[in-house]
Amino acid sequence: MTPIPPEILPHGPDGLLIRLGLTPAEATVGAVQMLRRAIETAAPPGVEEIAGSLTSVFVRFDPARVTRAEVVTEVQRIIDATDLASAALPPPLRRWTIPVVIGGDKGPQFNDMAKAAGLSPDAARQALLEAPLRVLAIGFAPGLPYMGLLPPQWDVPRLPQITPDVPRGALVAAVRQLIIFTNATPTGWRHIGQSAFHGFDVHRDPATPLQAGDEIRLAAMTPADLAAFEADNPGGLGGARCEVLR
Amino acid sequence: MTGLTLHRCGPGVAVQDMGRPGRLAEGLSRGGAADRLALQEAAALLGLTAPVPALEMAMMGAEVSTTAPTRIALTGAKMQASLNGQPVQWNTTLRLDPGDRLTIGPARAGVYGYLTPAGGIATDPVMGSRAAHLTVGIGRLLQSGDTLPIGADPDTDAPPVTIAPEDRFSGGALRLMPGPQTGLFDDATRDRLFTTAFTRSRTGNRQGVRLDFDGAPFASNTSDLASDIIQPGDVQMTGDGIPYILMTECQTMGGYPRIGTVISADLPRVAQATPGADLRFTDITVADADALWRSDADQLKALRKAVRPLRRDPHDIPDLLAYQLIGGVIRGDEEDG
Repeated sequence: MTPIPPEILPHGPDGLLIRLGLTPAEATVGAVQMLRRAIETAAPPGVEEIAGSLTSVFVRFDPARVTRAEVVTEVQRIIDATDLASAALPPPLRRWTIPVVIGGDKGPQFNDMAKAAGLSPDAARQALLEAPLRVLAIGFAPGLPYMGLLPPQWDVPRLPQITPDVPRGALVAAVRQLIIFTNATPTGWRHIGQSAFHGFDVHRDPATPLQAGDEIRLAAMTPADLAAFEADNPGGLGGARCEVLR
Repeated sequence: MTGLTLHRCGPGVAVQDMGRPGRLAEGLSRGGAADRLALQEAAALLGLTAPVPALEMAMMGAEVSTTAPTRIALTGAKMQASLNGQPVQWNTTLRLDPGDRLTIGPARAGVYGYLTPAGGIATDPVMGSRAAHLTVGIGRLLQSGDTLPIGADPDTDAPPVTIAPEDRFSGGALRLMPGPQTGLFDDATRDRLFTTAFTRSRTGNRQGVRLDFDGAPFASNTSDLASDIIQPGDVQMTGDGIPYILMTECQTMGGYPRIGTVISADLPRVAQATPGADLRFTDITVADADALWRSDADQLKALRKAVRPLRRDPHDIPDLLAYQLIGGVIRGDEEDG
């Protein structure tokens, strides 16, 4: 599957969005990260900020230094020089292993999610622990990772009704993706597990340890392990480990 | 270090500056003052080359004193204010000496008022800014009894000045430029947006402002849309087709479609619209929006030219005979800035 032809669209008085798709797909996510790196590597003059979602790259420029038309021309040149049609996610630079409790009291909607994915709870737990996840994008809130993509059977829509208060560190799932919440949040995603991982801590350096492109492995822990991390949580990482791969 | 003490404090008072730009990839929206123009006006009044951190006061003010002489500027939502019991004008500078009490009451027009000390509020910066970003838990609301460090006033004896603020405190027209998802709405829905009379809902804060209206929801032909990048000013349609204008503390990505973006020049008008204020959208092309863009530096330059000496209204002067009517009012070089 190839991404749609990139569209360069206006986004706000000093922004452009280069859209590569409307719904998440492996090829689109790969093309987004490839294009984002290409623009970062050859950032046109006057470009002040580059960020990515699952389906697009955002570029903010300084209209005092460069016109919108000039940035569009430069971005188009980079698109033309990049083989987006064959894009795949570039190999990860880092791998994080994050301990989680899946299901039970700490994941009240896990059985429901497993059923929606057509799996037994044991098979669903095993699939999550074996899934080679990537951070597809950081956003919504500081340090909040959109992780995936899970196999197509996990393409389960968000719940129509909002769960009012899903806790910080919660592992939630929807539309082939997982998120670990950085703060207590109302959500339509299903609450399937719990970590003690704090994706954002303003007093820690870095405040947001995860980056788009990082590989993520979930590791099983017991509710007793979780309670121990909640009582003593060095760096707010909840036992997560980071290996530099390249 | 000079201290600014809050003897009494409304429920929505916090330190704000121009925010933390450039952290979208970390998931952090810029934040900063809800009405950025008010911080620029304060900088112009105080003769500063850039805005400095100030107190942002939502709907209710505070009672303050300082431990050393300093000028302050009062801008944004017009609030009832008095110095040692005597009324003072808004959109002016005034000098506070130790022992003076400045009392700022409820807003009479607009939502967010600003008290800016000439040396700026000098709390420790977090991630490059002193702004409270309440949505993500950076900083906090201030409380009665708090004392904040402030920088030294570079020109304590500068005479009082005033500025006529841009009218933005009673709703009005918001120029909407097309955005990446405008095409996800059909023509009839887009046309209806520009002919619908909206009012600012009771629901609204630094994250977003909901709009009330009569009529059908503003539906789009989208489902399973991937979460995508959000900018302040984006007009998001929630699942039930209700518009929200996203503001300075907005989330950085979201899955609801956005019909367009209110240009930055009009965001102070959204921020300062009180519940019930009339708001409407006018259609503007990308080219016209780009032509209206002004840098913060150019905006401040223009504001500095609009600063005038403050001529006090004789009715506000309790003891007219004791008031020196000639000296010290005009320095003569105010226009050079």
